[in-house]
Amino acid sequence: MPASAIADGLRRVGAGTRRVFARLGFAARFTVAVLAHSPDGLRRIRLTLREIYFSGVLSLVIILVSGLFVGMVLALQGYDVLQRYGASESLGVLVALSLVRELGPVVAGLLFASRAGSAITAEIGLMKATDQLSAMEMMAVDPLARVVAPRFWGGVISMPLLAALFSTLGIYGAYLVGVKLIGIDAGAFWGNMQSAVDFREDVVNGIIKSVVFGLIVSLIAVFEGYDAAPTAEGVSGATTRTVVGSSLTILAADFVLTVFMFRGVGVG
Amino acid sequence: MPTPPAGRTPAAFDRRRTTAVELDNVTFGYDRTRLVLSGITMSIPRGRVVAIMGGSGCGKTTILRLIGGQLRPREGRVVVAGRSVPDLDRDGLYALRREVGMLFQFGALFTDMTVFENIAFPLREHTDLSEEMIRDLVLMKLNAVGLRGAASLVPSSLSGGMARRVALARAIALDPMLAMYDEPFAGLDPISLGIVGQLIRKLNDALGITSVIVTHDVYESLKIVDYLYFVSEGRIVAQGTPAEVRASTDPFVRQFVDGEADGPVPFHVKALPLEEEFALHAG
Repeated sequence: MPASAIADGLRRVGAGTRRVFARLGFAARFTVAVLAHSPDGLRRIRLTLREIYFSGVLSLVIILVSGLFVGMVLALQGYDVLQRYGASESLGVLVALSLVRELGPVVAGLLFASRAGSAITAEIGLMKATDQLSAMEMMAVDPLARVVAPRFWGGVISMPLLAALFSTLGIYGAYLVGVKLIGIDAGAFWGNMQSAVDFREDVVNGIIKSVVFGLIVSLIAVFEGYDAAPTAEGVSGATTRTVVGSSLTILAADFVLTVFMFRGVGVG
Repeated sequence: MPTPPAGRTPAAFDRRRTTAVELDNVTFGYDRTRLVLSGITMSIPRGRVVAIMGGSGCGKTTILRLIGGQLRPREGRVVVAGRSVPDLDRDGLYALRREVGMLFQFGALFTDMTVFENIAFPLREHTDLSEEMIRDLVLMKLNAVGLRGAASLVPSSLSGGMARRVALARAIALDPMLAMYDEPFAGLDPISLGIVGQLIRKLNDALGITSVIVTHDVYESLKIVDYLYFVSEGRIVAQGTPAEVRASTDPFVRQFVDGEADGPVPFHVKALPLEEEFALHAG
C-alpha cells in the first residue's frame, strides 16, 4: 500500500476523531448552557406546561395502549412458566416487579424517545432551518431559554409520569388476563404483589430510572434539534439520531443503574 | 453637472448626517483558509434606505449578521449607533438588538403562533405593557402593512407576500432605529414585490428609521433606495445612488443591472479546458 494512501487513511481517522470530540465538547457546553438557562425558562411556566402537554399528554395513547398489552402478554407468558412449578399465584408479583423495576421505565422511555423525542428534535430543527431561532436571537430573546429549556423540562417532568402510567396499565392488563381470563384468585394476585413489592427498593428505584431516562431522552432530543444541519436532510438525520441515540443510551444506562440499584440480585 | 460614476462616493450623499452603521475594513471567514468578506468599508447614514446587492453567495447576508452581532469580524470595525458590535458583551448585544428589527428571508415567522402573536412576541418579551395596549399596538402595526384583517390567521395559511408583510410588521414592532431586510423580495409575485418595496420605503420615512436591504432584485431596489453597494466575491466592487447606478459604465454594474449571463461574473465555473475534458485532439 503506498504511503500516501496510508497517510490519507490516517488523516481521515484523525479528522473523524476530532469531529467526534468536538461534538462531544459542544454537547457538554450545550448541557451546561441549558441548565444555566433553566431558571429563566421555568419562569415562563406557561411554556413548560405547554410542552408537558405536547410531550406528555399527547404521548398518553401510545403509552397506555402499550402498557396494557405488555402487561397482558407478560401475564400470559408468566402464567405459562409459573404454573409448571405450581407458582401461578405469584403471577401478580412477577408482573409487578418486571414492570415497576424494568419494563415500565425502559419501554416507556423507548416509546417516549420515538414519540416525543423525535417530535422535539424535528420541531427545533425545523425552527432552525426556517431561521426562527435566528429571528428570536435577533429580537434579543435567547432561544435556549425560550425554546430549548421549556422543551427539556417538559420532557423531564413528563417521562416519570408516563412510566408510572405504563406500569399501572400493565398491572391492570395482567389482572385482566390472570384473574378475569385465566381465573387466578384475585386475593392472591393482589396480596402477593403487595407483600413482595417493596416501595423503597422497587418503586422508588423504578422512578429514579424513569427520571434518568427522561433526562437522557430530553437532552438528546433538544441537542440534536439545536445542532441539526438547517436542511430537510439535516433535520431528518437529527430525528433519526435522537431515536437511535436515546434508545441505546437508555438500554446502557438501564444496565448500569440496575447494577447499582439491585445488588441483591448479585452476580457470583 | 454630470452624475459621478458608480464606484466613487458622491458629494450629494450627505455624510455629515449621523451615521447609523459603519463597517471599516471588515474581513470575515468561517475558517482560516477561505475569506467570505474582505476589506468591506461602508457607511450608512441615519434615515436612509441602503441596499447591499450582489449575486447569491457573495457575502451579502454575512454583512447583516455582522451588523446584528451574530458573527464577529476577523478584522476591522463594525459600529452600530456609535457602539462597536464585536466588543459588546451579551447584555450589551441584546440591548442593541432591541433597537434593531430584522426581516429574514421567507419571513421566519413563528409557526406555532398566530399572526397577532408573532407581532406581539417582541412586545411581550421586552415591555411591561398591558395586554390591551399590546393589542392596540399590534393592530396598528398590522394596519400599517394592510393586514389587520389577518390577525387571527396562522403563518401556514398566508401567501408568501402576506408572510413577508407580517414579518415586516414584526421587525418594526418595537419601533427600532435600524431595520435590516434579508432578501425581502425573494420569491414574491410582482404585486407583492411592489407592495413590500413601497412599505419598506414608507415605513422608513414615517418612523424615521434607517433601513439596510440585502437583495439581488436590482429594479425594485433602484425604485426605493437612496444608495447601493455592489458586493462580489466578498468585496465592494461598486457603489452609488440609483441615478449613478443607472448611468454607470462599470462592467460589473452593467452586467448586474442588465442581467447579462457572462461578464466580470463568468457564466462558466472554473473547469478544465474543453479539449482536455473531452479528450479532443487534432488529427
